[in-house]
Amino acid sequence: MSDLIRAPGEARRRRPADGHGDAAGTAAARAHARARPARARSGRWTAWAFLAPVLAYLVLFYAYPLYRNLDLSLRNYTVRSFVRGGAPFTGAKNYTTVVHDPIFVPALVHTMVFTLVSLAFQFTIGMGLAVFFSRHFRLSATLRALFLVPWLLPLIVSASTWSWMLNSDSGVVNAMLHRLGIGPVNWLTSPQWSLTSVIIANIWIGVPFNLVVLYSGLQTIPVSLYEAAALDGANGWQRFWRVTFPLLRPVSAITLLLGLIYTLKVFDIIWIMTRGGPAGSSTTFATWSYRLGFGTLLPSFGPGAAVGNLLIVIALVFGLLYVRLQRRRQSI
Amino acid sequence: MRTRPLWRHVAGLGLVAAVLSGGVAGCASSDDGAGSRSGSGTYTIWDPYPQFDKGSAWARLLDRCGGDAGVTVRRTGFDTTDLTTKALLAAQQGNAPDVLVVDNPVVSTLAEAGVLVPNDQARIVTSAIEPNLLGAGRVGGQTYGVPIGANTLALFYNKAVLKSAGVDAASVRDWASLTTALAKITAAGKKGITFSAIGTEEGSFQFLPWFWGAGAQLTRLDSPAGVAALSLWTGWLRKGYAPNSVLNNTQTTSWQEFATGRYAFGENGTWQLANAERVGFDYGIIPIPAEHGGTAPAPTGGEFVTVPVQRKTSRYATSEKLVACLTNTGNLYTTDRTLSYVAPTGVVQAKQVASEPGLKVWVDAVRAAKARTGDGLGTKYPKISQPMWTAVQAALSGSKPPQAALSAAQSAAAAATR
Repeated sequence: MSDLIRAPGEARRRRPADGHGDAAGTAAARAHARARPARARSGRWTAWAFLAPVLAYLVLFYAYPLYRNLDLSLRNYTVRSFVRGGAPFTGAKNYTTVVHDPIFVPALVHTMVFTLVSLAFQFTIGMGLAVFFSRHFRLSATLRALFLVPWLLPLIVSASTWSWMLNSDSGVVNAMLHRLGIGPVNWLTSPQWSLTSVIIANIWIGVPFNLVVLYSGLQTIPVSLYEAAALDGANGWQRFWRVTFPLLRPVSAITLLLGLIYTLKVFDIIWIMTRGGPAGSSTTFATWSYRLGFGTLLPSFGPGAAVGNLLIVIALVFGLLYVRLQRRRQSI
Repeated sequence: MRTRPLWRHVAGLGLVAAVLSGGVAGCASSDDGAGSRSGSGTYTIWDPYPQFDKGSAWARLLDRCGGDAGVTVRRTGFDTTDLTTKALLAAQQGNAPDVLVVDNPVVSTLAEAGVLVPNDQARIVTSAIEPNLLGAGRVGGQTYGVPIGANTLALFYNKAVLKSAGVDAASVRDWASLTTALAKITAAGKKGITFSAIGTEEGSFQFLPWFWGAGAQLTRLDSPAGVAALSLWTGWLRKGYAPNSVLNNTQTTSWQEFATGRYAFGENGTWQLANAERVGFDYGIIPIPAEHGGTAPAPTGGEFVTVPVQRKTSRYATSEKLVACLTNTGNLYTTDRTLSYVAPTGVVQAKQVASEPGLKVWVDAVRAAKARTGDGLGTKYPKISQPMWTAVQAALSGSKPPQAALSAAQSAAAAATR
């Protein structure tokens, strides 16, 4: 998708450089424009025609839903006004309701803890495995394929399996702990453990993504650099910190950003394993938004949309942070 | 990448982030084609029975009723949790089905939304229906729809487990005798009782017989009676009479626990009867006891056949014929047998008991049952139910004592229903 978005942009950026203000579109169209100005307009139309499907797609599937979501969150929707229309505009009232809700602070903390802890572990484990697998050895490909299994399974399968394994009374985890002489832990049903349990499951699911991206990043580092480092007497640890880590920084940054966006919106794992409970102890913004919108017999669309929008804003803030860091790095 | 202007980064990220909102916003703008009509002679029916395919008795009944009314019936089966949103959206887009079979606590929500036609206007007659079952359809002095059948909760018990612990099922008449029985069973090394206390509507549904059985009212969650009911459950968990997993049990997983054969009691519904025949051990059923004896009022489950609002009001006449056909005595009997429901009319109930004496306990339970949205609560019920299941979860998980949990729930419910 990013290629599609970028293509017209490239053309637009080059426009001032080639001196013809009204030339646009592909390189071919530009050549024509320079030769025969009369055809410049038709070239522009062609460009728009090429652009139209993308624009229509973006407007239909991204801009409009976003607008609707914003609209939902700014009006006082009851079931009646949802069907009949005419929901009164209430400004930021849904947002103040949500912020003053006793669930708000715990949900915010849970969302942050869930995201940051998941990311830290997923990234560290993924990095360790990527470095491990980058040294070619027998069965390395097979083992690497095995590590992808969590990624391939449908989330409902993996989450249900985790939920069975962590069952207080008949789960395999407690059975093993029992054999080791440790009393049963109420993984999913005690407020102290529920968040930890869903984080563990989420880390397991997220490791393959980090492994794959970081592994392909590693492939781009020239072997000659390692050879040179080895000749200079660098040991394995130094090679990692002085060569691998700095050269992987761009890949790491995008891995972490994508991971952050994926993790912020994680809903299925938590919903299937704990329903955000017991008593809200593993509720995040994503599950809370769902509960408000769809989780009861009487949907409250406005507050649900408001929570969803807060999630978008959080993702956007981190995205902008990424862009800033990226630019600063490039300007050095 | 290096020279891409900042605005495009921002826009790109905004779009990525937009995916996050897909859930809430996507629903508002989606348009489901299932409700569109191909011709005036075609009537659409939506039901929450996706398990029934074209050849099923239910689908054939719909075809037959359509034939009798001189129209073609087009039927779509939805997952029950999907149906509320689907119905609201269809009404918003002006393509609601002609007949909608929907879970009873949703009726008040849909009526409140102006999606349903009151029975007076659609000329639907409900005189044969048991009044307590019709309660869920009463909103603001009007009645909407007809119950097609009812289910409710009772206690399944494992005869072998009770016998090995020396407990007689007939001795369980109130809370004290039930708790004594559970103590005996646990002492004999068996497991006591399983139920569903999950943090969804299912949790409230399972808690209500105990809550109402203590004499508590939904308008005051933290009354001494309410606290007594929650203390009963909490006490069972503390003493190990009930497993900790109830906090995460749906009614299905709770049934699976009971079906292992290690539990003495399982609180579950009429719809498990078919599964009960397959568990491989002898089981019995007793009504859920009230605190001081007698049958506790359990909440009614089961669906209502309703008529959604149409632009062409002339369609109601045929819709009414379809509704009347689905709910006449003969058809109710066959439908309720397929669904393993208790019929909503006394006549059919008697017929059911005559052919299957085992159903008597269920018929009694349904007669004692109450609608969750009854007592004039209507759409206030969902706003009370959520704090209630949260309180149940808080008390059972030990994060709050029952009294504190219910007090918090009461203030949350009072604020939400003000």
